[in-house]
Amino acid sequence: MIGDQVWLLFWTLIKIVAIVLPLIIVVAYLTYAERRVIGFMQGRMGPNRVGLFGFKLWGLAQPFADTVKLLLKEIIFPANANKFLFLMAPVITLATAFAAWAVVPFSDGLVLADINAGLVYILAMTSLGVYGVIIAGWASNSKYALLGALRSAAQIVSYEIAMGFALVGVLIASGSLNLSEIVNSQSGGIGSWFFIPLFPLFIIYFISGVAETNRAPFDVAEGESEIVAGFHVEYSGAAFALFFLGEYANMIMISALTAIMFMGGWLSPFTGDSLIAQPSILWFFMKTGFFLLLYLWFRATFPRYRYDQIMRLGWKIFIPITIVWIMVVAVIKVYKPEWIGG
Amino acid sequence: MKMFKYLKSLTLKELLKGMTVTGKYFFKRKFTIRYPEEKTPKSDRFRGLHALRRYENGEERCIACKLCEAVCPALAISIDSEQREDGTRRTTKYEIDLFKCIYCGFCEESCPVDSIVLTDIHEFHFETEGRNVLDKQQLLAIGDLREKEVAECRQNDSEYR
Repeated sequence: MIGDQVWLLFWTLIKIVAIVLPLIIVVAYLTYAERRVIGFMQGRMGPNRVGLFGFKLWGLAQPFADTVKLLLKEIIFPANANKFLFLMAPVITLATAFAAWAVVPFSDGLVLADINAGLVYILAMTSLGVYGVIIAGWASNSKYALLGALRSAAQIVSYEIAMGFALVGVLIASGSLNLSEIVNSQSGGIGSWFFIPLFPLFIIYFISGVAETNRAPFDVAEGESEIVAGFHVEYSGAAFALFFLGEYANMIMISALTAIMFMGGWLSPFTGDSLIAQPSILWFFMKTGFFLLLYLWFRATFPRYRYDQIMRLGWKIFIPITIVWIMVVAVIKVYKPEWIGG
Repeated sequence: MKMFKYLKSLTLKELLKGMTVTGKYFFKRKFTIRYPEEKTPKSDRFRGLHALRRYENGEERCIACKLCEAVCPALAISIDSEQREDGTRRTTKYEIDLFKCIYCGFCEESCPVDSIVLTDIHEFHFETEGRNVLDKQQLLAIGDLREKEVAECRQNDSEYR
C-alpha cells in the first residue's frame, strides 16, 4: 500500500518534469523566435551569431547564452526593500504560471490532472499570478515599480472579466468544465470547432489574453519612456529570469488555451480516415504555435495603447460584446443545439 | 455615422491591414550587413589610422615643417627635428596620440609633401597602456604597408584636391 503511494508520487513527479522541462525549453526558444520574427518584420536579421562548437546555426544557441548570463548576474536588492516579499514575488508568478499547465490536455488522455473543473482551475491560477505582480511592485520600494505594478494589476483584473465571460460561452457550448471534454465536443472537422459559432468570443478571448499577459500592444506597464520596465524594474539576474520565464509561460498558456477552447485542441481540421485526419498532439502544437506567432506579429505591428484606451476597450467594448454573445449562444444551445458542435 | 464608424472598427479592418504590411516585410530582403564578413564600401576620402609615406626611392617624405603640428586642433602631434649632414631637415620624433586625435584630416591637408596621410584603416585597438601613441617607426611601417591603397585613393580623388 505504502509502496503504491510512493510509486504514484514518484510517477507524478516524473510527469511534472516531463511537462515543465520542455516548457522551459520552449520558453527559451520563444524568446529567440520573438527576436528573430520581429527582426524579420523590421527588415533586420535578428540574433544570428551565437552557435555551438564554432558553427553559427542561425544563432540557435542565443537562448542558452542569455540564460547563462542571467543566472550568473548578481541579484541586487533595493535599499529598504522587503527581502522576503522581494524574493517571493517571482516565485509566485512562476509557480502559478507553471501550475496551470497541470490540467492542459496535450492529446487525448495526455494530461497530468484530468480534473472536472479544469476551466475554473485555470482561471484561478492565472488570476493568482496578479499577486506576484503586485507583491513585486510593492516589495521593490520604488515608485516606478509600484506604478507599473498598479497598471499591470488593474489591466490584468479588467481583462480577466472579459476572458472569463468568453470562456462562459465555451462552457455553454460544450456543456463541460473539463478541458478534455471541451475538445472532444468539438470533434468532426474544422466546421465543428467552437471558433465559428463563438467567433466574437474567440477574438475577444485572444485579445484579452494578450492584454492579460501584459504584452504589446497592451504593455503600458512596460512603457519604456515613462516607467522603464514596470513592476520588475528593480529585479536583476536569476530573479528577473523567473519573471521572464513566467511571462512567456503565460503567453504559451494563453495560446494553448485558445487552441483548446476554440480551435479543437489536438483534433484534426479534416474528416475521414486518412493519416492527416487523425487527431494528434502535433495538431495541438501547430495551433499553439500559430497563436504564439500572432503574439509576436502583434508586437511587431501595433503601437502601444494609451492606458485609458486599454481600460475603455476592456470595460466598454469587450465585456458588453461577450455578455451579448453569451446570450446568443445560450439561445442557440436551447433551440438549435445542432448548430454548435456535437 | 458615428455608429457606422464603431461598427467598422469592430471588423478590425485597419489592424489587419497593419498586420499585412508587417507580414509582407517578414519575407522581404533584409538590409542587415553581417559586419565582419560583409563590409560597406569606403570613400576614397575615408579618414582612418594615420601613416607616414615615403618617396619611391625609400626616402621619407616628411621634411619636419611642423605645419601638421601647428594645425592640429587636438594637439595630438608632436615633432622634433634635426638637420642631416646633407643639409636636409628631417624629423627625429614624430608622435601621434590617437586618443587625442579627432581624425579631422587637417594634418593631411596642411602637409606640403603629402607625407602624413589618413589611411582607410578603421579596425584597430590597443591592448596595453601607452600603445595609443604612435611613433615615427610605426607610422612609417603603416605607410609602407598601405602605400598602394593610399596612393590609389589619392589618385582617384586628385581632381578635387
